[in-house]
Amino acid sequence: MNMNTIDLDRLKTGEVNLGTSIMAVQFEGGVVVGADSRTTTGSYIANRVTDKLTYIHDRIYCCRSGSAADTQAIADVVHMALQQFTQANGGPPSVHIAATLFESICYANKDALSAGIIIGGWDKEVGPSVYNIPLGGGLFRQPWAIGGSGSTYVYGYCDATYKEGWGRDETIQFVKNTLSLAMSRDGSSGGVIRVAVITEDGVERLFVPGNELPTFWEGLEVLGKPAKPLGVVPMAIEPL
Amino acid sequence: MTSIGTGYDLSASTYSPDGRIFQVEYANKAVDNSGTAIGLRVKDGVVLAVEKLVHSKLLVPGANRRIQTVDRHIGLASSGLLADGRHLANRARDEAANFRDNYREPAPLKALADRLGLYVQAYTLYSSVRPFGCSAILGSIDKDGPSIYVIEPSGVFYGYHGAAVGKGRQLAKTELEKLKLSELTTREAVFEAARIIHLVHDDAKEKEFELEMSWIGDETNGRHVPVPQDLFEEADRKAKEALENFE
Repeated sequence: MNMNTIDLDRLKTGEVNLGTSIMAVQFEGGVVVGADSRTTTGSYIANRVTDKLTYIHDRIYCCRSGSAADTQAIADVVHMALQQFTQANGGPPSVHIAATLFESICYANKDALSAGIIIGGWDKEVGPSVYNIPLGGGLFRQPWAIGGSGSTYVYGYCDATYKEGWGRDETIQFVKNTLSLAMSRDGSSGGVIRVAVITEDGVERLFVPGNELPTFWEGLEVLGKPAKPLGVVPMAIEPL
Repeated sequence: MTSIGTGYDLSASTYSPDGRIFQVEYANKAVDNSGTAIGLRVKDGVVLAVEKLVHSKLLVPGANRRIQTVDRHIGLASSGLLADGRHLANRARDEAANFRDNYREPAPLKALADRLGLYVQAYTLYSSVRPFGCSAILGSIDKDGPSIYVIEPSGVFYGYHGAAVGKGRQLAKTELEKLKLSELTTREAVFEAARIIHLVHDDAKEKEFELEMSWIGDETNGRHVPVPQDLFEEADRKAKEALENFE
C-alpha cells in the first residue's frame, strides 16, 4: 500500500459520500452524539436531511463518515453481530464490545473501505463512553471525538471550549455549536443538525432546522456597516 | 445395575425405555469414584481445592495437576478421568482465547460455561463417542464479580456458592453449607477449603493424597494462581490439626 500520499480518488466516480461533520461527547450521565445532514455525489447534494446517527443497539449509536455504502454495510454487520451476542450472553453488549467489532471490520478491510466511525453509548459496566475509529482502523477511547471533513475546521474550537464535568444541556449546546461552526466552513457539510442523547434511561433524538443553527461571527458587523461614513471607500464592499 | 444386559447402555445415542442415557450415568460414576474437588465462591474471590489421590509412591510430587488455568482470570478443577479433564481445559482455553480475539476483553465465566456445556453435551449425542468422564468446577472473577460453575458429563451446568464433586462430595457439601460463604474473605476460604479436603479424605480406603489449591481474589489481582507456598503450608497444617481435634 502506498503510505506516502493520500489516495484522493478512493471514492469511485458517482459514489455517494458523507463529506461530513460528526461528533460524540460523553458527560456524567450519558453521551451526546451529533451530525450534520449532507450527503453528496461530487458537488450534488444527494440528500440534505440524511440521518448519519445510526442505531446499533438499545444504548449504542454510531456516527458515520466516509462512503455511505461502506458505513451502512458495516453498521448492518455490527448490528447483526450484537443481536447474536445479546441472545448468546443474555444481556446487552458493552460499548467497548460494539467498538471492537467495528474496529475488526475497519482494520481487516482497510484497503477496501472508506469509513470513519465514532461510536457513542452507555453500558452498565463503565457508564457513558465514546470510541473513535479513524480511517486506518485504529480504536481510541476519548472523552469527545469529532470526525468527517468538517471536523478539521473545529479542532481548535473544541480544544479551547471542552471542559470536564459538563451536564447534559451544556454538552448538547457544545455539540450544536461545534457542528454549526463546522458546517459553516466545510462545503461538504450542511443542512440540519441531528442529535441523540444516550443515557441509562433511553435515547432522546433532537433536531435543529437549518434556519435555526447557532450563529457566530459572520463578518457583517465589520465590513457590512462602516462605523462612520467615509468619503473615500478603502476597498470594494459587496452590497448587502 | 438393572441396566446391564438390556442393551440400552451400549451407546450414548440410545435412550432406555424410561428415558435415561445410561452412558451418561456411567460417566457420572467415573466422577463419583474420583478424588474430591471443591470450589468456594466467597465475598471477594474464589478458591478451588482438590484431593488428588496418589496411586504410586514413585510419582513425582506435584505431577498430574487437576487444577488448571484456562485464562488469566479463570481456573478449572476437574474430577473424574484426568485426561478428559485436560481435554476439557484445552477446549476451555480455546474458547476463552476466541472470546478475547473477537471482543478484545476477557470472557465472562457464564459465557464460557455456556460454550463448554454445549461442547460436553455434544458428546452425549453420538454412538461413535463416549461422554466426558469428568465434572469440572470453573471459578473466576469477571465483570460481574466472583462466580463458580460446575459442568457435568450430561452437559448441564449450574452456578454455585459452594460446589463439591467426586468421592467425598456429600460430606463436603454439608461442610460447605455450614459456612457463611458470602461473608468469608478469600484468605479465610483457603483455610476452610484445606480443612474440608482433609476432612473428606478417607485414609482407610486411600492412603496417600496431595492437596492442590488455587485462588482468585483481590490479593491475586484477579488472576488465577496457586495458593502461595507459605499460606498453603499454614492452611495444610491447620487442617491436619483441626482433624486431630475433631476425631
